[in-house]
Amino acid sequence: MPQGDYIELHRKRYGYRPDHFERKRKKEARLVHKRSETAQKALGIKGKMFAKKRYAEKALMKKTLAMHEESSTRRKVDDDVHEGAVPAYLLDRDNTTRAKILNNTIKQKRKEKAGKWEVPLPKVRPVAEDERCLKFLDLENARVTKQWKRMVTKATFVGPGFTRKPPKYERFIRPSGLRFTKAHVTHPELKCTFNLEIIGVKKNPNGQMYTSLGVLTKGTIIEVNVSELGLVTPAGKVVWGKYAQVTNNPENDGCVNAVLLV
Amino acid sequence: MTMEVEPEGKNVMCLLTDPEGTPLGNSVYLPQNTGPQHLQQIVNQLLNNEDKLPYAFYISDQELLESLGKYSEKNKISVEKVLKIVYQPQAIFRIRPVHRCSATIAGHNEAVLSVAFSPDGRQLASGSGDTTVRLWDLGTQTPLYTCTGHKNWVLCIAWSPDGKHLVSGSKAGELQCWDPQTGKPSGNPLIGHKKWITGISWEPVHLNSPCRRFVSASKDGDARIWDVTLRKSVICLSGHTLAVTCVKWGGDGVIYTGSQDCTIKVWETTQGKLIRELKGHGHWVNSLALSTEYVLRTGAFDHTCKQYSSPEEMKKVALERYNKMKGNAPERLVSGSDDFTMFLWEPFVSKHPKTRMTGHQQLVNHVYFSPDGQWIASASFDRSVKLWNGTTGKFVAAFRGHVGPVYQISWSADSRLLLSGSKDSTLKVWDIRTRKLKQDLPGHADEVYAVDWSPDGEKVVSGGKDRVLKLWMG
Repeated sequence: MPQGDYIELHRKRYGYRPDHFERKRKKEARLVHKRSETAQKALGIKGKMFAKKRYAEKALMKKTLAMHEESSTRRKVDDDVHEGAVPAYLLDRDNTTRAKILNNTIKQKRKEKAGKWEVPLPKVRPVAEDERCLKFLDLENARVTKQWKRMVTKATFVGPGFTRKPPKYERFIRPSGLRFTKAHVTHPELKCTFNLEIIGVKKNPNGQMYTSLGVLTKGTIIEVNVSELGLVTPAGKVVWGKYAQVTNNPENDGCVNAVLLV
Repeated sequence: MTMEVEPEGKNVMCLLTDPEGTPLGNSVYLPQNTGPQHLQQIVNQLLNNEDKLPYAFYISDQELLESLGKYSEKNKISVEKVLKIVYQPQAIFRIRPVHRCSATIAGHNEAVLSVAFSPDGRQLASGSGDTTVRLWDLGTQTPLYTCTGHKNWVLCIAWSPDGKHLVSGSKAGELQCWDPQTGKPSGNPLIGHKKWITGISWEPVHLNSPCRRFVSASKDGDARIWDVTLRKSVICLSGHTLAVTCVKWGGDGVIYTGSQDCTIKVWETTQGKLIRELKGHGHWVNSLALSTEYVLRTGAFDHTCKQYSSPEEMKKVALERYNKMKGNAPERLVSGSDDFTMFLWEPFVSKHPKTRMTGHQQLVNHVYFSPDGQWIASASFDRSVKLWNGTTGKFVAAFRGHVGPVYQISWSADSRLLLSGSKDSTLKVWDIRTRKLKQDLPGHADEVYAVDWSPDGEKVVSGGKDRVLKLWMG
């Protein structure tokens, strides 16, 4: 049995000696004096080390005290005027959701006169030949060149209400692996991106056929659901569909990136 | 049953009572073809009114619009029971609803956070996030004065009920008193609050004229009573443990404060002692409203646009108006809270709530008594405005139509129309009688933070995040 444990055992059995706590208090009270005596008497490297230690302790203590003390001087942090003033009843509300909600003023700066939408990518290509269209539609394999059934090898959007035609009449197959229902839409003025649901394909630059098939290629104009951004029209109705243009090649990237047209 | 007796010969036993339930005379037999017009004559006769006043009649909280016979037939009312008809005095003037935006005045460089018409409806002030208070010329609808002096956003402004002072409170915690005639600050800023100001309320003019004292509430948990003549804080009402969100100076000379520590405290104003503590809410108290609030705000001014020369005269008229409005019932207080409910209190009668008003699905941001005290309107973040009975606190109607949280509401002076401003950038005017949307007022480009209906009923002003002030007219 280790020697110290006898004390523990004795204490367990008989309790502390009657003057234990008194002695302890006195010892603690004497400790500061004792330490100060050491500090004054210690010489050489020992003294230096001791002084350094004591200095660190004191500095820490002062810092803690200052931290808990109520500052008498008014803090300057609150005094500068910030952007985005809100009334008193909204000051205490948490604004975490605000980041998602667009600023309506920015959003409403529409450039209606400049055209229906100002496209960030080169203008919609006018060519809409059936030939080109067919080229993009890959044949299933060389053996069945003459087959009338085609598979669309591009990313597509298929509406939620879509039901397949009977196989006999189904000319185009849109593989489910290449279907997309959501797009990452960037607001150009706010420089923030939202993951929004696609409502429909408005226009594919490669032709009417692509549009009706819902093919998503670079430059396609899609309609996205912006209802959760909390936009309202000037008349106070919720805006829920807005146009966006695809900026990447979804079939290569596996996602749809788009930019909101405002 | 009705076929057995001849309709003309049948009478209905009626008892006319006032909104508090005090009967007017004994119950009387009235012929079945009695309509609201006849009842109006009877009430005017019984009350010995010299001028014939308009009244509306309610049977079990439903307005009587046809003759008694038709009503009892429709609702299968027993002829043997005494029919209790509540008469409600109506405003003798009628305010036209606003239809169009008459002016969009730019001027502020930041969001407009508060707007207020002066009690006589002739002046207009607004406080904004660009740290200025602006006074506007209502005649030409142009900016009149720009009052600079605040260090931070001007969160709230309040006119004294005699229209001689304007006080604004800022986010930096200082208050500033302005002279509305010149647009100059009168004296240095009043410093004392450590955090931003959440509300300002003036002492009613019938208690003290000319107006000197007002009370301000702050985020730091204190409310302070200030004297504009002495330019200092007279009394500090401390006791709330969290931010004070709303303060009202009652007509009987007490101050009500609502706080985020879920309590409402009632203070007396000579020494600043706490009289009563109203507990009940489970979350922040956001807004308080008094049944006499509108008459306290307008003081001696009414729809006739009369001007008063001396403060004594003003005090007399204001007291008259106050007593008339209050009747013999105690002052009622309604509080809207973050726990989605509201409480109706009668602080002089009991420290327990009279009614708990539930129904909102989101926090209640603003509550407001109608000028005649008959209705309570509440604006909530659940996109609806709800209407409640002002005496009993019963639910009456919900006005739906906004697509965003409703921030502020305002009553027309005749209590027949209600205006609401919302985050969805529109204002809407609701008709109390039909309980329908009267007018939709789109036009703001962004959230509407503040609305006010001028006491003379001519104009409506609104301001919001799009930095412009809009004036709307009939």
